[in-house]
Amino acid sequence: MEIGSGRYSVEKLIRQGAEASIYLGEWFSQPAIFKRRLPKAFRQPSIDAELRRRRTSREASFMAKARGVGVPTPQIYFVDPGNGEIVMQYLSGIRVKDVVHQSIKEWEKEIWSRLGTLAAKLHDSSIVHGDLTTSNLIWTETEELVLFDFGLSFHSDRVEDYAVDVHLLKEALTSAHTTIAEEALELVIKAYSLVMGERRTEILTSKVQEIERRGRYARPD
Amino acid sequence: MVHLVSRHRRNDKEGSSERKNSRTLHVCLGIESTAHTFGVSVISHKEGRKLGSILSDVKNVYKAPPGSGIHPREASYHHAQVASEVLQQALQVASINIKEVDAIAYSEGPGLGPCLRIGAVVARALSSRYQKPLIPVHHGVAHIELGAMLTGLSDPIVLLVSGGHTMINAHSGGRWRIFGETLDLTIGQLVDQFGREAGYSSPCGQRIERLAQDSHKYVSLPYSVKGNDVSFSGLLTAAKRLLHAGRSLADLCYSMQETAFDMLAEVTERALAFTEKQEVLLVGGVAANNRLQEILSQMCLARKAKFGSVPIGYSGDCGAQIAWTGLVGYLSGASVPIERSKVHPSWRLDRVDIPWRN
Repeated sequence: MEIGSGRYSVEKLIRQGAEASIYLGEWFSQPAIFKRRLPKAFRQPSIDAELRRRRTSREASFMAKARGVGVPTPQIYFVDPGNGEIVMQYLSGIRVKDVVHQSIKEWEKEIWSRLGTLAAKLHDSSIVHGDLTTSNLIWTETEELVLFDFGLSFHSDRVEDYAVDVHLLKEALTSAHTTIAEEALELVIKAYSLVMGERRTEILTSKVQEIERRGRYARPD
Repeated sequence: MVHLVSRHRRNDKEGSSERKNSRTLHVCLGIESTAHTFGVSVISHKEGRKLGSILSDVKNVYKAPPGSGIHPREASYHHAQVASEVLQQALQVASINIKEVDAIAYSEGPGLGPCLRIGAVVARALSSRYQKPLIPVHHGVAHIELGAMLTGLSDPIVLLVSGGHTMINAHSGGRWRIFGETLDLTIGQLVDQFGREAGYSSPCGQRIERLAQDSHKYVSLPYSVKGNDVSFSGLLTAAKRLLHAGRSLADLCYSMQETAFDMLAEVTERALAFTEKQEVLLVGGVAANNRLQEILSQMCLARKAKFGSVPIGYSGDCGAQIAWTGLVGYLSGASVPIERSKVHPSWRLDRVDIPWRN
């Protein structure tokens, strides 16, 4: 597809995410990612339109906010909430999800620590990511950990909301990366406490446990 | 009244004595009693085959008075009263003598304590009297395993939706892991509590579904997805409030279903995209809902994933889920001595080892 006088072009679909289709293309001669929240036929049409619009604008605004507090995110080039489209910087690297194997290698420890630091920086600025999973993180060729997918992000001052972020990460780790879940989480929490301080981190981890106990049939009888 | 749910027989109508002599044929009797249903089923399985044969699946369901939920004690009285009749029917329909059964399985939990204890007592009595191994079964795992057997899906993302569970599960590292779940009410509770507010008696899923078919007018309701988790409490409160404010019941049923099911489809799709698995299995009582099946099958079609839903006769609580899971458990050596057998009203699905899936 080309619009205007060839200032941008979309070349190919590189990933079919749950919410959006990710295309690789060019934006003013730079490689760029075109993220499109396309309509979903199975959804009630007004729910569909509202979700696509709201999440697109949220994603763009929180990507900028996160960057402002020192959390690396892709640079945004263009946003169109009505069509559910964001054009952003292309980063070459590997998804953290694809780095994960049976065990954590020495060099990979840095990734998990870095994730703890990023989460703490966001929470310290009252930002909840809302979807902290290993598929939303890229380890770039320049050895930077970049976070994206801010479509479910929001502002909050409640520890409960920060704990949900950590709870989600834990769920993703235990269900998909079972063998390394515990060790990875320890590294995350350790780095988290370096930014947030031990006391706030303890409050957070006990809140995470509280959320887990609220799960169905989680309290032993 | 005993309700005969199904009767599947093998084509080769072996006599029961031959069946006993055949070394490769295993037979399990399963007892379900977690909530409103008391059910007994007999299932046989030939070694080397994937499918089991459901020889019988008999149940009798306790009905709560209109406007109220299940009373655990009342339900347990009901179960105690119908237990012997349901058991006899299940053996009769299967044309099998209890002596030919290899193992007795029961739902150990999670569920209502008084109800669970009735099933456990019957199972222990049979196990002790006829010297059969006793197999405890997790009710939620049983929904999944029966659904997987009946649909032939081998490694699915599971959406387990009922009155007791609302979870997205994936098998990994010897257990059914919880990828996401409800943070408050289950989908069954949402539908039942709204239905009771409108004056119906639980379970009211079928009624709500029929009412929803009469409307296509969407009333905006809270849509709450948090990562891989969902929350239904805000949706229930809003729907109740609009009902009392005089909004059309049909419009509200339609809008509640659309909102809740779209939320479930979203988290299921997230699990599918994240794990890169190729199959989705829908199980549990709410799997009987046609609209939910339609939404999920469209989602899967768009992603080129296989979709399977447990057949309608086996979506609700039934003895067959316990008999089948008991059978695969028995074959992997999961029995418990009677004196150590228990019930667990609260028992999380990801704490159960699944030795037959490795």
